[in-house]
Order: sequence, then C-alpha cells, then structure tokens
Amino acid sequence: MLLSLAQSALPIGISGIEKRFGAVSILSDLSLDVVAGEFLTLLGPSGSGKTTLLMILAGFVRANAGSIKVGGEEIITMPPHKRNIGMVFQNYALFPHMNVFHNIAFPLKQRRVSAAETAGRVERALDLVQLNGLGERRVDQLSGGQRQRVALARAIVFEPRIVLMDEPLSALDKSLREHMQIELRNLHRRLGMTTVYVTHDQREAITMSDRIAVMNAGRIEQIDQPEVLYARPRTKFVAGFIGESSFVPVESRNGSVWYEDRKLRMTTAAPSAGRHLMVVRPEKLRLVADADEAGGVNLLPATVGDVIYQGDSFVCYATLKDGRQVTLRDYCRSDVLAKLPAPGEPITLGIDAQDVVLVADQ
Amino acid sequence: MSIASASLNHAGRPDHALNGDALNADARREARGMLALLSPGLFLVFAVIIVPIGWLFWLSLFDENGQLSAANYARFFEQASYIKTFVTTFRVAFTVTGACVLLGYPLAYMLSQLPRRAASICLIFVILPFWTSVLVRTYAWLVILQRKGLVNTWLMDLGVIGQPLPLANNFAGVVIGMTHIMLPFLVLPLYASMKTIDVDCLRASMNLGASPAATFRQIFFPLSLPGLASGLVIVFVLCLGFFVTPALMGGGKVIMWAMRMEQTTSLYSNWGAGAALGVVLLAVTLALLGLFHWLLGTRATGVWSQR
Repeated sequence: MLLSLAQSALPIGISGIEKRFGAVSILSDLSLDVVAGEFLTLLGPSGSGKTTLLMILAGFVRANAGSIKVGGEEIITMPPHKRNIGMVFQNYALFPHMNVFHNIAFPLKQRRVSAAETAGRVERALDLVQLNGLGERRVDQLSGGQRQRVALARAIVFEPRIVLMDEPLSALDKSLREHMQIELRNLHRRLGMTTVYVTHDQREAITMSDRIAVMNAGRIEQIDQPEVLYARPRTKFVAGFIGESSFVPVESRNGSVWYEDRKLRMTTAAPSAGRHLMVVRPEKLRLVADADEAGGVNLLPATVGDVIYQGDSFVCYATLKDGRQVTLRDYCRSDVLAKLPAPGEPITLGIDAQDVVLVADQ
Repeated sequence: MSIASASLNHAGRPDHALNGDALNADARREARGMLALLSPGLFLVFAVIIVPIGWLFWLSLFDENGQLSAANYARFFEQASYIKTFVTTFRVAFTVTGACVLLGYPLAYMLSQLPRRAASICLIFVILPFWTSVLVRTYAWLVILQRKGLVNTWLMDLGVIGQPLPLANNFAGVVIGMTHIMLPFLVLPLYASMKTIDVDCLRASMNLGASPAATFRQIFFPLSLPGLASGLVIVFVLCLGFFVTPALMGGGKVIMWAMRMEQTTSLYSNWGAGAALGVVLLAVTLALLGLFHWLLGTRATGVWSQR
C-alpha cells in the first residue's frame, strides 16, 4: 500500500492535442510521451498553454482534437471522476467544511473503501507527508505548508497511476518552497508515480524534474533532462527562458562558423549556412589576460561597462565591438580578482570550444 | 490592538520604567478618542432601537384604563383567537419559507452556473419585482388567482377543471402571493454564497472520484448552506411580521399577527394590547433566531457571524 505505486505507474502518451478558445489557438498539435514513473515538468511563461494541457489531462477542459493514452488506454473522452488521476491544485482546493482526515479520506469514500481500511490508509498518508496527529484539525487551522501537504496526501492516498500538480508551491514563501521541492522530489523517488508538474519557475523545474518540457505559445520547444536543457538549448526561447543568456550573432558559411572575422572553434558540426546566434551564459565566459595563452578558446574583444561585486561572486557587464552586451559571472578567487578590469578598460573574453551553443536567429 | 499589554514592558518590569506613564496616558487618550468617534453611532442605535422597543415594552404593561397590569399578556392564554392567529402566522411563515427554498435553490444554482453576462441579465429579473410596490404585485396576483381570474378561466376553458379552484382569499392565495414577494430575499444571499464556492473544490472532488451528483451532494450543497441559512432567516422573519399580502389575499380568513396588531390598535384603540403583541412577536423571533444559530453552530455565517 502507498509504497507500491512504482509497479503500477503508467506511461502517458499525448498526441495531436489541439485546443482553441474561439479563434484563439491555445495548443496546436501537441504531442508528448511521459515515461512510466518519471517526474516531468511543463515549464513555460504564463499563457504558454501548460495549465490548459494539465486541465485536459485531468479532464476539466475538453480538447478539440487529440489523444491521451494512459498505459495504452484512451482517456480523452473519459469524465474526470473516472480517470483515476491524482491532482494537486495551485490553491490546494481543500474542502473547507471537512477536517484534515475527511479531506484525505474523500477519494477513498468515493471508492467505497471500508472504514477500517480508510483509517489505516489516511494514517499512512498523513505519516508520509509528516502530518501525524493532525487529522482532526480544521482546514482553516493549518498553515500554508500544512495545507500543501494535506492536498498532496489527498492526491496520492488512493494510489492513482498518475499525479498532476499545478504550480503547487507558488503560494508558499521562498524557504518553505525550496524545502517542499526537495520533499516532493524525495516522495516521488519513494513512490515512483508518473508525475506531471506545471510551473513557471525554471529553478524549481531544474531542481525537481527528470525531464522538462519547455512550452511556448502552445507548443513544446524542447523536452530534455535539466542538464541537457541548460547546456544545449535548441532554440533562442529555451536559451533565454532557462538561465541567463546573451546572444551573439554569428554566421555559418562553407562548413564553419564565423564571429565577425574570427572562425569559431566548436565541438559540434557547423549548422546550415546563414545567420545564427551564439548562446553565451555568464558563467561560461572568462577573462583572458593574455591572448596568447588561449588555446582552443574563442576570444571576444570587449569593453568593460560595469563590475558589480556580490560577495561570493562578481558580475561584469561588457560591450562587444558590435555594441552587444554580454554578461560574465565568476567567483571571487584571488587569481580572478587579480585580472579584474576597471570600467571602460578593453578586455578579452574567452569561451571554450565545447561551450559554444548555436541557435537559430528567429 | 492591545492596550493592556502596555502596562508591563518587555522584561515584565512595571511600566514607569521608560516613558511608561506617557505611553499609558497616550493609550487612554486614544481610547477616549475612539469612544468619541463611536458616539454618533451609539446615539443613533439608542434613539432608533433601544428607546422605541423600551417604550413598546412599557406600553404593553398598561391595560385599557391606564392601570399597570399583566392583562395584555394574560389574554394570549385566555383567548383562543390569539392562539389561532399565532399558529396561523407560523404556518404561513413556514410554508412560504419552504416554498421559497424549493423554488429559490434551483434558481440560485442555475444563476450561479451561468456565464457572467447571462447571470447578470437573469439577476435583473430577480431584482425587478423589488422596484414595484408590494400592493400592486398583490393586486396583480388577485387578478390572476381569483374565481374568475386568468388561471381559473384558462383551466376551465381548456376543460381541465369543472369548478374554479380556490386560489385566492384563502391560505393558498396568501402563500402564493407572499412566496413571490419573498423569493428575492432568499435567492440573492444564496446566489452570493454560491458564487464564492471555489470551482477548484468542485474540480478536486471530481478528480478524486466523485461523480457530478456526488460532488453536488458532498461539496456544493454543504458549502451553500451558510447562504441558504441567511436567506432562510431573512424570509422567515419578514414573513412573521408581514401585513399587506395576507390582508388582501387572505380574504379575511387568514389572520396573521400583524393584522391582529392593526385591528387592536386602529379598531379598538387598545395600544397596550397592540404593544404586547409586538413584544411577543419580537421575543419569539429572537428565540427562533437563537435556536437556529445554535442548531447551525459555528458553521453559520451571514447574518450573525460574518467570518
């Protein structure tokens, strides 16, 4: 019980989902495969369609077209109460007229589970979310974090094959949110239920997910593991949405890539001919004191704009020859601090060949 | 704001330590200021509620000859007509309240589920009768319900009935007329409370395996109860003291408490007896409200404890 979800976790196959509200297209031909037992996050700005997709999965919103298969079974026309999917709502949606026990027992009551078994399962669910002994509390006597845990316990107590979460941590303060991220992650590792999680917080997505699907304007831009997504963004949107990025225009011709008149050293094959953007992360740039020492490093001459000291690290805003701003961040080690230039000074920035990532210039 | 907590400072030392006296004086000054600001309201409550009710109670203690006596109250137990009027009043109030719930709950539910625009248009039709005089509406019902009124004429022309139905000048007429007038008083608070029910709660219920019917029974209905309770109480209390409609639609056969008061004061000029009727009605109403509040316990919001 409650610990046996791993065996019953099911994959979700989403294909060809279309959703329009009037003339406005919210989701267009969206397909996505969720592996059994994985923690997949839908990440995107508001209006990207991630919540709509979750609502379609739960059955609260009817798609115009498409298929959702859970373990091979089509559920797109199934009413919500027959889908057997647990969901944690953004505002928790606890029943205000029931105490904690009855909230968590609610799904079991609907499934006609005996009173004795219900008591045992609610007890174990409370134990799992560390709320032992709070069964008799009224919902309005709980703190935000406790409500969150009750909502979670209620969503998993009936051992659903799939759990959906709609920005469940957004109402909590920062430290509690970070604590709950780890806790949710651990709970998922223990129970192994297939989880689809919606958030607009990239840090949260990176911390918790097995894979992240970055959504923009009703489409999935890229779906990958967090580290791949960060290191190898495939579109300008993904590069800009996950982490900080500056973009430097480059050109591909004759099988190599050029930044102005310098040929870029890179470890991947050159893309198709034409204009592209090089994704420059602040921590991938470094200060190169002596241009001669740099082997295998791409050099970008620039002028220092502003240097901001942040204790453990510093941020240096520099302007490239073409007037573009790039940002460099490094830790305050003594060797780095020794090279630290003053505002207005010319410097040379370096980026390693394996850190060069190109995206299409849209 | 706690004024008392200023009397001991942080370490529990008496407050003359650091500015203690000055801070205490400041707290007292603020309390006096608050009282001064409250005084117009307090005066109004005193002049408009306490004085008239006190006067009513005072009047009820004198008999026709101006002698201090309990005769006005003894009459309730001695005269059968008083008891009959009392029973009739409550019968009408209960029936009308029941009819309002049966009609008003589905109406409020429908309104709460409509899209915003459609709901506001429909709400206008609920509120519209408020803008017409009760007298006019009651006469309109008389025209519709009397022996040769619209309803009876149609039904007889259609051959559904042979004899006209007794719809006016009796108990049924009073109930129909009063239900029409009371309905908005139930629908409006009920609608307002239904609108505050979180859609996500209903979604959560279905997500957890409850069918739409089970969701209504276990989630929506219990959450709408506070609104229903306040509507119910408003309708019931208004019914107890209602005059115009029962006077016109009852055809002299349905005598309610307020009509008895009117008779006593304007026909017999017995102000003491009329006042006693008022005092008893007030006491019974308060007792019922208390009972209701106790039955609903802490769950009741609305009229008493707007939490």
